[in-house]
Amino acid sequence: MNRLGRMWDSDIAWSFRHSPVAVVAAAMALIIILAAVFAPWIAPYNPFDPSSLNLMDGFTPPGEPNAFTGNTYLMGTDNQGRDIFSTILYGARISLFVGFAAVIFAMVLGIGLGLLAGWRGGWVDSLLMRVADVQLSFPSILIALLIFGVARGFIPPSMREEVAIWVLIVSIGLSDWVQYARVVRGAAMVEKSKEYVQAARVIGVHPARIVLRHILPNVMGPVLVIATIGLALAIIAEATLSFLGVGVPPTQPSLGTLIRIGQQYLFSGEWWILLFPSIALLLLALSVNLLGDWLRDALNPRLR
Amino acid sequence: MSDALLKIENLTRYFDVSKPWLNRMLEREEKQFLTAVADVSFEIKRGETFALVGESGSGKSTIAKMVVGLIGASEGTITFDGHNMTGTAGAEMRDLRRRFQMIFQDPFASLNPRWRVGDIIAEPIHTFGLLKGAQVTNRVGELLDTVGLSAKDAEKFPHEFSGGQRQRIAIARALSSKPEFIVCDEPTSALDVSVQAQILNLMKDLQDEMGLTYLFISHDLSVVRHMANRIGVLYLGSLVEVADGKKLFSEPQHPYTRMLLDAVPDLALSGRRRKPVEGEIPNPINPPSGCAFHPRCPLVMPRCKVDPPHRVETPTGYAACFALEKQPA
Repeated sequence: MNRLGRMWDSDIAWSFRHSPVAVVAAAMALIIILAAVFAPWIAPYNPFDPSSLNLMDGFTPPGEPNAFTGNTYLMGTDNQGRDIFSTILYGARISLFVGFAAVIFAMVLGIGLGLLAGWRGGWVDSLLMRVADVQLSFPSILIALLIFGVARGFIPPSMREEVAIWVLIVSIGLSDWVQYARVVRGAAMVEKSKEYVQAARVIGVHPARIVLRHILPNVMGPVLVIATIGLALAIIAEATLSFLGVGVPPTQPSLGTLIRIGQQYLFSGEWWILLFPSIALLLLALSVNLLGDWLRDALNPRLR
Repeated sequence: MSDALLKIENLTRYFDVSKPWLNRMLEREEKQFLTAVADVSFEIKRGETFALVGESGSGKSTIAKMVVGLIGASEGTITFDGHNMTGTAGAEMRDLRRRFQMIFQDPFASLNPRWRVGDIIAEPIHTFGLLKGAQVTNRVGELLDTVGLSAKDAEKFPHEFSGGQRQRIAIARALSSKPEFIVCDEPTSALDVSVQAQILNLMKDLQDEMGLTYLFISHDLSVVRHMANRIGVLYLGSLVEVADGKKLFSEPQHPYTRMLLDAVPDLALSGRRRKPVEGEIPNPINPPSGCAFHPRCPLVMPRCKVDPPHRVETPTGYAACFALEKQPA
């Protein structure tokens, strides 16, 4: 198709094809994402179906047949006899979902407030940016923990399990919007003073339309870069919270939950329960991060 | 006069350039104001090109922005075809907005890089709800044709065009709402000299065809000479002289105008010695007392340092200078 052909010829595509790191990182991220999305079809077992679990299968080392049942698992099993490979696929699904949702939440909030601050200026701008400064002076994981804790206090215990994942998304998103707001505000202030915006104002285009149709498309470049790097950060933040035991409930373990469970068995010799989920998290965060770094360099004309 | 399309009376604009409130309190400083435009009055007749010239910081662009309503006036009135623009709002203002347009200085900044040329040109048509559907596409094609581009160019993005072509697109956008009056803020100063002439001639042709009225802002005297019927010379926010186009060059009245003309490079190589402009434009936050030009003026009199000069009739128009006033008999 013509449009595809044009995309293939664009500067970004050229830079992508000529960056082996970007190609490998994109391939890796794509494999992990596809594996996570299609986990129910790919995974050899369903680790969350109690009827398929056999406690006798517990602590099977990777690649070796179990002493009692004779079953062999690629990455071994955990204490309850769950296949590690399958739990990683399902765990990555939750990690990725939380990561994407948190980034989208932070992005929408940050872009909205950033555009408002950049366009209006004056006291609106000062107020929003001081709030952002205050929030930036705390580590974001601390903010997420705080919001998570406060939000749980308002939710009746019977509903906590169901909404835990949404509370987690909002906590991580709220701890991360500042980045987007600052970048968008700066870019919006630059675009606002450009003559094409003045041209739209001369004909009396509604301010909301100017902001959304003229300014927003021109500030999306840097936003995409921080969103990519932000995805890696959100996945790690989710893993950290789950590792600390405040994230997703144990019935829906993410990669962080798996690592928390695994580290209890490290010193008793069952290393695979910790190692494989950790490698999966590492590969996921690394590939997304490398993609973000490449995108930042590719979109920055001064680094070419 | 009935044929005045735009009438500007006592137009003044201050900018607040004070430090933030806290700094002012701590450093015990007063608020500071910069007078960008001071008590400017002139008229533009229907169908003529009125040019404003002046050095950087003389307030040319500020006047242009006030005329199109991008910034408000501190004092004075702008009357467009009998409507006072400062007091108009809503549907009436919308109708007025359709009738005037602006062409900007930098064609690389005045077109949204993410929009297709067709959408850029059609924006005024959509905003004022002039046409619908396929008519818009046809009209955009016509406009592109008018400014010397192809109707197929509507599908392209601005970065695929050169500076001159982009300025043609900007002109097409300005024409799309069928305006009567166009404010041109240094429309050629960002272009190569060879392209400047093409754009200026295009603008002249369009004026003849459509009966447009131009307010033409420039610092380039040769461009102004080519375009303008009447010329106003600005110095530090004040209009020092207004004269008919060609006569300003042959019979400059105000000492500042003479100084500007003496500084123009002489391409005919007539051997005339070029006199550089002496001195710098003063700081508009602390303008000189009396006539703002007196520190640089060769004809300075004691009176110039005390009173601001008033407008006097000259053979070519009018000017504000005590040296031009008839000596009391």
